[in-house]
Amino acid sequence: MPSLKDLRNRIASVKATQKITKAMQMVAAAKLRRAQTAAEAARPYAKKMESVLANLGAGVSGADAPRLLAGTGSDQVQLLIVCTAERGLCGAFNSSIVRLAREHINKLQAAGKTVKILCVGRKGYDILKRQHDKQIVDLIELRSVKQVGYINADEIAQRVMTMFANGEFDVATLFYSQFKSVIAQIPTAQRIIPAEIPASAAPSTATYEYEPDEASILASLLPRNISVQVFRALLENAASEQGARMSAMDNATRNAGEMIKKQTQKYNRSRQAMITKELIEIISGAEAL
Amino acid sequence: MASFNFELVSPERVLFSGDVNSVVVPAAEGDVTVLANHAPFMSAVRPGIVTVDGGKRLFVRGGFLDVNTSGLTLLAEQAVPVEEIDREKVAADMKAAEDELRAASTEEARTLASEKIAALAAMMGAVRS
Repeated sequence: MPSLKDLRNRIASVKATQKITKAMQMVAAAKLRRAQTAAEAARPYAKKMESVLANLGAGVSGADAPRLLAGTGSDQVQLLIVCTAERGLCGAFNSSIVRLAREHINKLQAAGKTVKILCVGRKGYDILKRQHDKQIVDLIELRSVKQVGYINADEIAQRVMTMFANGEFDVATLFYSQFKSVIAQIPTAQRIIPAEIPASAAPSTATYEYEPDEASILASLLPRNISVQVFRALLENAASEQGARMSAMDNATRNAGEMIKKQTQKYNRSRQAMITKELIEIISGAEAL
Repeated sequence: MASFNFELVSPERVLFSGDVNSVVVPAAEGDVTVLANHAPFMSAVRPGIVTVDGGKRLFVRGGFLDVNTSGLTLLAEQAVPVEEIDREKVAADMKAAEDELRAASTEEARTLASEKIAALAAMMGAVRS
């Protein structure tokens, strides 16, 4: 039976925790709004890029197609770019991305492929290094970055492209969490090298005029497409992270509230019991006289 | 005059979207004026000024223009309305890029730095005029 003082302390500490989770929830809500607008603002660009690429890609095929589009002709070495958050306390956000990545790793390894992992974000690295320390090529931290800019994505993309140019891998897949709503974030895997061209986008029948020419436009468009895809992934991730944190902290606040209620009841009961006990002692003492 | 749909998008936001009569774009091999019913056309863009309807001016750097039956789409790596350019910041960036060029040891770094300078010079020109 805990003493009254113990109970009082316990209630005070839960109340302090609740204050923190409440504050975190509100901060996440404010950040979410900003991240969501950023993610939505980036969508038209990515979509346009896709349709332009679909137009171009349909025209260029066969042996003269650039390697970023056609691939190296092999899929032996696979690069997994796992984008996660820099911070925890956001529900299952990080672990669900990592789980998806891990499923892929296991499947690829079972098929006898070589797997390399590039981690973007500290949290994914922390989880993955326990089992796949040898496969991790590098970790890119975005801790110092407040608002993800195109430059950050471009740096990552440059890094990936240099690796590709050096023949360090054949296929690259990007892992991130797509932002659906505050309560739904979908972990997604997206192949970026060789470029995945949506089949639904029907190639236009119109004949284009190109300046300078088709091949050189495609050659400069493809690297840019990778930067854009990485950028989109980072933005979606940022929004998802805040959404996940908001709902996780909302839950935590509610749980703390319940705990406070229970503990207060217990405290009041034992206080009442003590008073009753004392009264009984006094009364029975008086009767004995 | 017939109008057509023009969209200027950068990765960070949509800068312009709407019906226009004419757009002047600094394409890779010379400035191009796009009017309504232009033939399908695709080109790289060099750093410079996009003029919409002879009035609104925007600075773009790196990107693509795509003209098709639905209108003109300009995908720019970086785009800012001219009036939002901060002259002092451009000057500071210019200085940094020049230092970079001097410090560059490899051919690659040199090309990169001089590209940067060219872009900034175009930006400077945009602010001045």
